[in-house]
Amino acid sequence: MGIYLLTDFGSTYTKMTAVDVEKGAIVAFSKSFTTIETDVTEGYYNALAGIRQQLGDFTPKASLACSSAAGGLKIVSSGLVPDLTAKASRLAAASAGGKVVKTYSYELTEFEQEEIVKIKPDILLLSGGIDGGNKKVLLQNASVIAETEGDFFVIVAGNRSASGEAQKILEAGGKKIILCENVMPAFGKLNIEPAKSAIRDLFIENIVSAKGLDKAMAMMDMEIIPTPLAVYEACELLSKGSGSEKGLGELMAYDLGGATCDVYSMADGLPKSGAFISGIQEPFAKRTVEGDIGMRYSLHALYDLIREEGGMAEFDPEEVADWLNICKAAPDVLPQGEHAKFAPIDASLAGWAMRLSAARHVGYVERIFTPSGEVFSQEGKDLTRVEYIIGSGGAIINAPDPKTILQEAIYSPRDLNALKPQKSKILLDKENALAGMGLLARSHPEVALRIMKSSFTEI
Amino acid sequence: MEGHDKITIVIGVIGADVHAVGNKILNYTFTKAGLNVVNLGVMVSQTEFVEAAVEADAQAILVSSLYGHGEIDVKGLREKCDEAGLADILLYVGGNIVVGKQDFNEVEKRFLAMGFNRAYPPGSDPALSIKHLNEDLGK
Ligand code: B12
Repeated sequence: MGIYLLTDFGSTYTKMTAVDVEKGAIVAFSKSFTTIETDVTEGYYNALAGIRQQLGDFTPKASLACSSAAGGLKIVSSGLVPDLTAKASRLAAASAGGKVVKTYSYELTEFEQEEIVKIKPDILLLSGGIDGGNKKVLLQNASVIAETEGDFFVIVAGNRSASGEAQKILEAGGKKIILCENVMPAFGKLNIEPAKSAIRDLFIENIVSAKGLDKAMAMMDMEIIPTPLAVYEACELLSKGSGSEKGLGELMAYDLGGATCDVYSMADGLPKSGAFISGIQEPFAKRTVEGDIGMRYSLHALYDLIREEGGMAEFDPEEVADWLNICKAAPDVLPQGEHAKFAPIDASLAGWAMRLSAARHVGYVERIFTPSGEVFSQEGKDLTRVEYIIGSGGAIINAPDPKTILQEAIYSPRDLNALKPQKSKILLDKENALAGMGLLARSHPEVALRIMKSSFTEI
Repeated sequence: MEGHDKITIVIGVIGADVHAVGNKILNYTFTKAGLNVVNLGVMVSQTEFVEAAVEADAQAILVSSLYGHGEIDVKGLREKCDEAGLADILLYVGGNIVVGKQDFNEVEKRFLAMGFNRAYPPGSDPALSIKHLNEDLGK
């Protein structure tokens, strides 16, 4: 037996999957409460005891882990124009597996400065200006950040011609800083890899220990990475394939949790119907993370968004309010047993979470009338031809009817100009394997891929 | 370092206009002449011009319009620039900027009144606008 232990230190649970890499199969799963406040390895050993109950005594061949415990990797990003460098910085932070709490544009205000203090980010990603372009905003924001209270790292990934000066300003303010290539070196050209790897390195080298995970880190055979990064890598593998094992092609994945909804698309996103691209061309592998869309901690924020759209009018507002309060008091609660009557409300909230987070991820097409007839202009990714949608995360896989929820990620006439998938197959990650397979992919990509292909079931 | 003495300009064809050939020639000519060119191509909205100029810290926006709707398409561009903090940016426009053949002196007046620094009649030589850029920027 060659057992790999794949551990996901989550905010509430430490989830452990045991894979036999010779058999190429998941052989056990166990979960236990995360014990980050005391000693995170306690939760690890509790989960491991659960695995041993199923498999008997064994020595694991390797142990790998990812983490979103202790608030995850909190990032605030900033840029100049919302659709340009600010968007590029957000894409970079999200693709590194960050929980991008806020993205600012233009000069930071005093109010925003206070907001940053309250957010207590792990990393602030500072960008603005293409290379040789606008310097003012990078320097001005560097000065504001230099005087912003908080023990966070600053990654400077803006106009190269102003980065050196920004560095000096920040260092004079006592900030720990990393210089990095511009997220948008030329107009409309994304360059998010350098910022992404700078974030990843910071997480591994500094943030993991700051979050009390160093003891766990010492036990692992590879670095602990942010959970969303593991999921991102699993999705990329599942789409592209590895060696002789073919991938599934273009796909999207939704990971709906208590605090956030993460959306991934692995697709070129180019126009499928002859539209012109306007704005920046987004990357093949894209992740967005919505901090105001989640099924427990962010449920009130989600419901506010739904009401703004005029949704859920079919439910009695008082009954909805009751459910929101129950969830707030006990984030672990499920709409079962004494709470069974809330099941339709919970399912509707989850469906809306899909709709709203899809709307923020996919591109849009606009019809323009010209003297020579109509033409179409596209902003963002065209995901209409995506073949698979994968549903993951507790709120989806534990729902009585996950299909109805996930169908909200597919185009319907009320989505108007949204370039959502039109007839994808829906797969369910019912064993919660996604993050673990992203970890396993680092040493055994073909095994991880085969496991995903066999354990994700069409619904 | 780049961007120090080089003039940075933003070019593109405004509105729903797809005439691409002139734009390609302008891009080539201006780049060859040593300018730092951000080329937005065809079908460019006012917002895209302004946002590109902000990020690039451009000194001038050179708008092309060929299909006859130029006058409507450029209306409000100067105000958008003011709003975005591009107070001193030069705005030039050229191509076939109005419908049909009109007295260009009249046409020019109307475009200058809309806040453009210079307007060019059909078939103008791009070299002329480079000369003007240098003059207007005091180089
Ligand atoms: C090719 C062409 C097309 C092609 C374009 C293909 C493509 N994707 O590029 C197609 C068939 C698609 C087309 C469509 C139309 N076209 Co057409 N087209 C032409 C044509 C024959 C040539 C344009 C060209 O490429 N010229 C060569 C380049 C190098 O010259 P240029 O574009 O003028 O650019 C130079 C200068 O103007 C200058 N310049 C340009 N911008 C600027 C800016 C500044 C600041 C400066 C200093 C200089 C400058 O420098 C450039 C380089 O030297 C012209 C007629 C003509 N001979 O100009 C008509 C013409 C431009 N089209 C015209 C029209 C009306 C149309 C349509 C509305 C027709 C219709 N009803 O369907 C549509 C509009 C489509 C749209 N949404 O844009 C009219 C415009 C009339 C007007 N302004 O009053 C023209 C003038 C024909 C005419 N005499 O009626 N067209």
